[in-house]
Amino acid sequence: MSMKIPLVPENLKPLPRLKENEGMLSWVASVDHKQIGIMYLISTLVFFIIGGLEALVIRIQLAQPEFDFISPEVYNQMFTMHGTTMIFFVVMPFLIGLGVYLVPLMIGARDMAFPRLNALSFWLVIFGGILLYYSFLTQSGPSEVGWFAYAPLSEKPFSLNKGPTYWALGLLATGISSVASGLNNIVTILTMRAKGMTMRRLPLFVWMILVTSFLLVFVIPIIASAFAMMLLDRLLEATFFTPAHGGSAILWQHFFWGFGHPEVYILVLPAFGIISEVIPVFSRKPIFGYSFVAGSTVAIGLLSLGVWAHHMFAVGLGNVANLYFSLASMLIAIPTGVKVLNWVATMWGGKIWFATPMLFATAFIIEFVIAGLTGVAVASVPIDWVVTDSYFVVAHFHYALFGGSLFAIFAGIYYWFPKMTGRMMSETLGKWHFWLTVIGFNMTFFIQHFLGVMGMPRRTYTYHDFPYWGSMNLISTIGAIILALSVIVFAWNIRRSLKHGEKAPDNPWNAWTLEWYTTSPPAVHNFDLVPPVRGRRPLWDLAHPDQLDEPNSKVV
Amino acid sequence: MANNKMLVGFFVASESIFFVMLILAYVNFHGTVTDGPTAVNSLDPLRTGIFSLFLLASSFTVWLAGRSLSTKNHFMLKIWLFVTIILGALFIYGQATEWFGLFAQNITISRNVFGTTFFTLTGFHGFHVCVGLLMLSILLVLAMFGDFKGPKSDGVECVSIYWHFVDGVWIVVYSVIYLWAFF
Repeated sequence: MSMKIPLVPENLKPLPRLKENEGMLSWVASVDHKQIGIMYLISTLVFFIIGGLEALVIRIQLAQPEFDFISPEVYNQMFTMHGTTMIFFVVMPFLIGLGVYLVPLMIGARDMAFPRLNALSFWLVIFGGILLYYSFLTQSGPSEVGWFAYAPLSEKPFSLNKGPTYWALGLLATGISSVASGLNNIVTILTMRAKGMTMRRLPLFVWMILVTSFLLVFVIPIIASAFAMMLLDRLLEATFFTPAHGGSAILWQHFFWGFGHPEVYILVLPAFGIISEVIPVFSRKPIFGYSFVAGSTVAIGLLSLGVWAHHMFAVGLGNVANLYFSLASMLIAIPTGVKVLNWVATMWGGKIWFATPMLFATAFIIEFVIAGLTGVAVASVPIDWVVTDSYFVVAHFHYALFGGSLFAIFAGIYYWFPKMTGRMMSETLGKWHFWLTVIGFNMTFFIQHFLGVMGMPRRTYTYHDFPYWGSMNLISTIGAIILALSVIVFAWNIRRSLKHGEKAPDNPWNAWTLEWYTTSPPAVHNFDLVPPVRGRRPLWDLAHPDQLDEPNSKVV
Repeated sequence: MANNKMLVGFFVASESIFFVMLILAYVNFHGTVTDGPTAVNSLDPLRTGIFSLFLLASSFTVWLAGRSLSTKNHFMLKIWLFVTIILGALFIYGQATEWFGLFAQNITISRNVFGTTFFTLTGFHGFHVCVGLLMLSILLVLAMFGDFKGPKSDGVECVSIYWHFVDGVWIVVYSVIYLWAFF
């Protein structure tokens, strides 16, 4: 396949030069995938801090029984905005943005297939975020109905404020953006690979982005249509989800989770991709079972489409439906387990180098396995009936999304920061960040398993002074404060490293994928010359022509 | 470049999921309405069927437009694009008059769940036809300025894929709403 040069106006100066003030216009008007990728990452960092502060407010309110730090309405707004922000404006755009930055570099292309569409995707996320947060300025504030906005609570007359309308409009804009970036990624990965970069040699991160993109393209329209229906209900008095007028509240749940469960894998598959890049490099071994890692991703993507009603066991769909959705959900544990085994087998017998990216990657495996174990538990109907809508579930999905996605995101930031900025991040601060995160995270969320089993419901403003509830909640809140400290250390590390960090060589981790072949930061045109790709580790092959990964491969 | 057509292909696939959800909503409530307007007592399948023929025919004319371009017959390209736009506009005219007729009988999106699902599904389809008409008009203007040299143009082919898709969706929508109610 030939290298195609998209018709994009060349920037006059090399990018990105964060140490120089080049003016906002060169960023705002940019269609360069590296600049857009970096803008994605910066804006998700801002949303991460906002969403984190909202979480902190929640935890302070819950620090002791019968506390009234904030009003119940504000409490509801906080957990709604925290969930929505973290899912749609932090984890999703971060992983998409990282993909936008890395995919063209990893496959040896000049840019994405559709650079202007790429810019549109980014600005739609910002537009959606502004729409969502604009609701703070309306008379009765933002949405109070939780991130899955169950009907009829999200409908008139139960929510007369404008919050849910802004919420749905904002998420609709982000949804369009996600479909656009999914389409862009698919076409880029399928048509713009460098010579010799066959699908079987594609870096695993790119594989994961490809599967995620297919999920985006086929799953986001489900929620987009549901948002459209919800908006019609709220604005034109349609009756889709209002049982009082012949509509169906359960239909919203089916539509929401039809999107919502695959969404979980949209949030975690690219994270698997980051882990699959970091672990081999820091274990100094090629990935164990490449095709199993790629293949199990496809299996997860397909399975994720048929398990949505495990979020609805408490609805009463009948034993047959419950049995099917329970078994299908448990099946997902198989391809996920395959991945965990592959990562561990890659580390097994390797020369492990615990730099900060590897610390986060290793912790990711442990935390994510905990999320997987509680996940299999709640996939079982009787257990789900006991713990559904309790703090057990809160603990479970925070282990998946924080212990899973976010730990991988941190690993990815420490790993690729030198490539993006030309500076190394501080290892000392990185280790502080890591240990504070591990301690704070587990302190906040592990204890919530027990609170959930003891019957503490989620989304309740406060609780009675039952035995141990106060002290257990206080422990959780102290953990959240440690987490806040860890974020301060992390933000400080970024700021300090941007200015004074050690200059990064082209390939500081001695990695093997193509993005490490070009300069740090890469030139506008990415590569002067894309090296021949004759295996899965092009830079290894280049350095060791006598020990090729695929000994009989020819230079194309 | 094959890229553009691949993009439109996947886009259309994504859009069809959107329509599948709207159709599922319609199907979900089919038969739940016990009093008030329903497809059986308020719609005229014959009239809408005739206007549907215009849309079906426009799929054929847009194909003829593409074929004219491939033989470098620029005059016929413009003619067939124009005919396609007229046929599409006739379909929209039919839909608009049908809607206003229903409004006159006080059948609206908020009347009952039939009104809700009917207007949402046909409305989103009509919106897509309008977007298609807009794109066809742009093609026609570009063709009049002599932008398409032929024998191939991604612009013409991509819009044509989208137009066939809009047409295909209507066949399903018409079957589900009008035919299912009466046969």
